[in-house]
Amino acid sequence: MSATSYIGKSVKRVEDKRFTTGKGKYTDDIILPGMVHGAFVRSPYANSKIKKIDISKAKAMPGVVAIFTGADVTPLNGVPCGWQVNFKNGTTMKEPKHPLLVADRTKHVGDPVAFIIANTREQAKDAIEAVVVEYEKLKCVTNPAEAVKPGAPLVHDDVPNNICFDWELGNPKSEVDEAMSKAAHVTTLDFVNQRLVPNAMEPRSYIGSYDETSDKYTLYTSTQNPHLIRLLMCAFVLGIPEHKVRVVGPDVGGGFGSKIFHYTEEALVTWCSKQIGKPIKWTSERAESFLLDAHGRDHVTKAEMGFDKDGKILALRVKTFANLGAYLSTFSTCVPTYLHGTLMQGLYTTPKINVDVTGVFTHTNVVDAYRGAGRPEATYLLERLLDLGALEMGVDPADLRFKNFIPPFDGVKQPGYQTQVALQYDSGNYEGILKKGLEMVGYKDFRKQQKEAASNGKLLGIGFSTYIEACGIAPSAVVGSLGARAGLYEVGQVRVQPTGKVSVFTGSHSHGQGHETTFAQVVADKLGIPMEDVDIIHGDSDTVAFGMGTYGSRSLAVGGSAIMKSIDKIVAKGKLIAAHKLEVSGEDIEFVDGKFTVKGTSKSLTFGEIALTAYVPHVYPADLEPGLDFSSFYDPKNFTYPFGCHIAIVEIDKETGKVSLKRFVAVDDVGTVINPMIVEGQIHGGVAQGVGQALHEGVEYDEEGQISNGSYMDYCMPRADDFPMFETGSQVTPCPHNPLGVKGAGEAGCIGSTPAVVNAVVDALWSMGKKVKDVRMPMTPERVWNAMN
Amino acid sequence: MNIKIKVNGVEHSHDVEPRLLLSHYLRDTLRLTGTHIGCDTSGCGACTIHVDGKAVKSCTMLAVQASGCDIVTIEGLSSNGTLHPLQEGFNQEHGLQCGFCTPGMIMTAADLLKNNPTPSEDEIRHALEGNICRCTGYHNIVKSIQYAAAKM
Repeated sequence: MSATSYIGKSVKRVEDKRFTTGKGKYTDDIILPGMVHGAFVRSPYANSKIKKIDISKAKAMPGVVAIFTGADVTPLNGVPCGWQVNFKNGTTMKEPKHPLLVADRTKHVGDPVAFIIANTREQAKDAIEAVVVEYEKLKCVTNPAEAVKPGAPLVHDDVPNNICFDWELGNPKSEVDEAMSKAAHVTTLDFVNQRLVPNAMEPRSYIGSYDETSDKYTLYTSTQNPHLIRLLMCAFVLGIPEHKVRVVGPDVGGGFGSKIFHYTEEALVTWCSKQIGKPIKWTSERAESFLLDAHGRDHVTKAEMGFDKDGKILALRVKTFANLGAYLSTFSTCVPTYLHGTLMQGLYTTPKINVDVTGVFTHTNVVDAYRGAGRPEATYLLERLLDLGALEMGVDPADLRFKNFIPPFDGVKQPGYQTQVALQYDSGNYEGILKKGLEMVGYKDFRKQQKEAASNGKLLGIGFSTYIEACGIAPSAVVGSLGARAGLYEVGQVRVQPTGKVSVFTGSHSHGQGHETTFAQVVADKLGIPMEDVDIIHGDSDTVAFGMGTYGSRSLAVGGSAIMKSIDKIVAKGKLIAAHKLEVSGEDIEFVDGKFTVKGTSKSLTFGEIALTAYVPHVYPADLEPGLDFSSFYDPKNFTYPFGCHIAIVEIDKETGKVSLKRFVAVDDVGTVINPMIVEGQIHGGVAQGVGQALHEGVEYDEEGQISNGSYMDYCMPRADDFPMFETGSQVTPCPHNPLGVKGAGEAGCIGSTPAVVNAVVDALWSMGKKVKDVRMPMTPERVWNAMN
Repeated sequence: MNIKIKVNGVEHSHDVEPRLLLSHYLRDTLRLTGTHIGCDTSGCGACTIHVDGKAVKSCTMLAVQASGCDIVTIEGLSSNGTLHPLQEGFNQEHGLQCGFCTPGMIMTAADLLKNNPTPSEDEIRHALEGNICRCTGYHNIVKSIQYAAAKM
């Protein structure tokens, strides 16, 4: 193996030093000359009329520079939705304006009413108290299944029954109904997939700055996709020329989906910076993060799975009310539809599937993609039905899965698997992953251990989850036909410098994923040069060509593939240069281990020599351009389909109902792995978030539309002592349609883990004779105790 | 009010508002932005520093309360260009992803290891109860601290 072989190695991260020494540069760390600070007056009521607003006293407060209200921004557009979902009858979804500041009617607690700008953060906050707003409080609705009922309070007067869209996918309902009617057993589950707060540890932070001399704006933003923010803000909200706006996403402290979206505050700081002629910073407080960072999940669902007498799945029928919140966030509409309904095949050969989703407005914060985005909800539904069905039918949950798995296929010799719900899976070996999981957990012995524990007064349970997800988002033409208002390609530019050092510009954005390491491994490996010679640059719209950013586990599968295309172009051009210098034809040159060599000889030129020749083209092919610098766009041929097996073992304290996670086994197949250390880290973090949903987390809206647990004192975040060491394993089924064979690992842990933990608790309860179908998440000690007693 | 304060070995004197939090003083006045602010309720631990040798969440103190104190922040943890074993451990064991909680985690762990040089896994997890990480699932943070403990 050569010294520059990096792919597959757990290379330590090159970005770590700045973070471990306190030298990371997040948006809130930036201070621009003359910068002032913003703070918001926010609605204390969910649904209210603004009868009067008086800013005169606040304007006179010390340090206050300006105050903007809804009336000031009425001429501006609201923030747009990036995905159009139609009603079943073909009419367009309801798309009410999401204004930057509210002028007349608030629609959820925290809706912004005024934006105060002052010399210091403290002065801006002081002035909040001096703004007098007279509200008329109205009735509100927060539950999506309640909101569609006749007579429910309306969020938008022109949206009947609060329904944004109704939508279905799969086989005709009549066919599913017929198949279901022939089932020997139907497992039915009514459940809530509760609302979560993403809780990236860095609160959202924005700095808007306007330079009069160049007529140019700069926005520093804690975002997952700088270019997309620029496009949405320029073209849809502010109507300012895109080439006059620079968007920078510097170090970003976690996203998990919540920093994909274009937020009103981004547009406001940018627009206001021109109005007042000064840079403006706004940084969210954690209380605002709880109120306003786009939330995740929030489905109310009824799901039914029909089995024949041998346990083969005959049909799946799903009805979901998906809470969208008060407005449409950037990708809110595709999450419960095309990222949820399309995953209902799971790993199984289910012949008839119908999924019906109603998207609903409520007087709550917006709901959008949160780690996994739709796929955790689909996986939760399927995997709960599988384990519950096994309990109800008295069969083994692993056996039930083996009976229903789609047989292995590699997507090359065997074709991809066409599901009943639009997607075609790329490659998979689902039996293999469950077998490995069963071995790792020692399943053969578990039931004995469970009985022994029971005889000692302890309550153990085991839960399974075998999941699949659609990642590498996404083929532009496909998503375009499904309503996406954007392409979902990626850009990768590889610039070889004259001395053979390499700068790589990627449209992907790292906010913890370690791209500076993984992408450099790929480039160094393919070019046969030391990793130290490669620099990865991202996050600045002035530096990087138009890219689509990082979400949906797409960075390596799409962004990495774009870089691979550019590497191929560099090698091809290098061969022409080498052939000219070595006086042979291009076909006679091979590129191996960083050398351009005449095949079958020892005559060669190094990568560095070719780079120098490209920029000092004295001896050079006559018809070839100088330079060695290529940019490529890659539009994926298909989604990628990682899959895996997660198994949880829990112990329940019989006295208190407290659930302890004793073991967690995760076997994931994410295709080819570039850096196992980083992939395992992604799995660990995802599992912790998924377990967090099962056991700890959940937004509680009260009847008034107030979040009653909106702080770290009240919202239970998973902490270090909530977990055992995770046990991870892997299987590799390469993706057949991208050059690296990678599938994506960012969301897997969060998708697979949640149902495994709930299934384990339900298994424990059945083992003591309590045949419950469900314990509502988060499975607090109180809920579990009530299920036991 | 005037405060005199020693931070990472350097004496400072500033007039500050009485309500100024120590975390804001470090970040905005001294421009030591490695101390991060992740919440408003002293719940996340990202702003953990050492005050007179003890780990303290710097958002729980006013700057004026720290007058006369000897403070170490993440920027002052390494000496003479050599990384602290915890800084090395977090790199070796992949104990960080986005890096936002990392300074607080390291400062908390440094306090733990000073008082308990050979902590068990349970003791490490217990010591980290006041620090939230959303990226790592804590698995590799525990390993990073074990790495540093072995090295120290």
